[in-house]
Amino acid sequence: MTGSAGALFAAVFLACAVEAVEATTIVLAAGTGREWRSALQGVGAGLAALAAVVAALGPAVSAIPLHYLRLVVGGLLLVFGLQWLRKAVLRASGHKALHDEEQIYLREVAAAGKARAERRGVVGDWYAFTLSFKGVVLEGLEVVFITLTFGSNQHDIPLAALAAVAAVVAVAAAGFAVRAPLARVPENTMKFVVGVMLTSFGMFWGAEGAGARWPGGDAALLALVPAVAAYGLALAAALRRYRPRPDAEASPAAGRPVEVGG
Amino acid sequence: MSRLRSFGEFWYDFVVGDDWRVAAAVIAALIVTWAVSTSGAAAWWAAPAAVAVILPYSLWRSIARR
Repeated sequence: MTGSAGALFAAVFLACAVEAVEATTIVLAAGTGREWRSALQGVGAGLAALAAVVAALGPAVSAIPLHYLRLVVGGLLLVFGLQWLRKAVLRASGHKALHDEEQIYLREVAAAGKARAERRGVVGDWYAFTLSFKGVVLEGLEVVFITLTFGSNQHDIPLAALAAVAAVVAVAAAGFAVRAPLARVPENTMKFVVGVMLTSFGMFWGAEGAGARWPGGDAALLALVPAVAAYGLALAAALRRYRPRPDAEASPAAGRPVEVGG
Repeated sequence: MSRLRSFGEFWYDFVVGDDWRVAAAVIAALIVTWAVSTSGAAAWWAAPAAVAVILPYSLWRSIARR
């Protein structure tokens, strides 16, 4: 595997793993808090919807000339990457609650316990079905976008798809094995790394699509990725000085709702 | 109408996110890159410069609002 192929695999795998952890938490809450059969029907319907999006967008994305693809996709990846990086820096500096799968799971189970049961067609519990379906589709859309754009830009959609499937299978298997939210996954660190990768690739492809030539060609990514990571870490370190005072809040996350998504 | 609005809000949130200034800065950076590159000068610096400015600015605004 070449360096760029390795970076492609790592970026897609990490992004997909993070989203899969979040989707797994929601499905586990729907299954344990309500009914497993309906929750799994929701997973199946969600995966079918995502497959339809891939089938529709995949050939369309591949047909776009590389020049325009890199401009549009690079710009979108850069916006996505900056959103991820912004939230990751806020969490790392204590200005935003850390993403806690255990708390999200408990909150979803509590909400599921209050909702009334309703049968619709072959679905025994509509609430469990829709909770799972929304979790899979909403978390999966970003996975689909990242996989298609990284894959088409690097002319290697099969490798990107392999990374995505490997991440989803690994996370789903771990979640099924422990039957509990994957709270030990270093999710916040992974989100920072994904933010760095999306921002770096977004800058690289967006600028190339707009007509720029990077010094050193593809090797510029070897400087961009560590530079963005160092900048993010430096910003987090600087912002820690402005963290909320302990007497104002028991902890940085105290009193704030736990972050869901992103 | 409310469904159409919800659909639009979902895609706005999905693409633009919490701070529209970030998306605006990215678009401006790509326009500058294109404009500079058509003149024949090196244009690769515009996107990193935009990131270097907009990321701390957006972070600072977010903290100031809390």
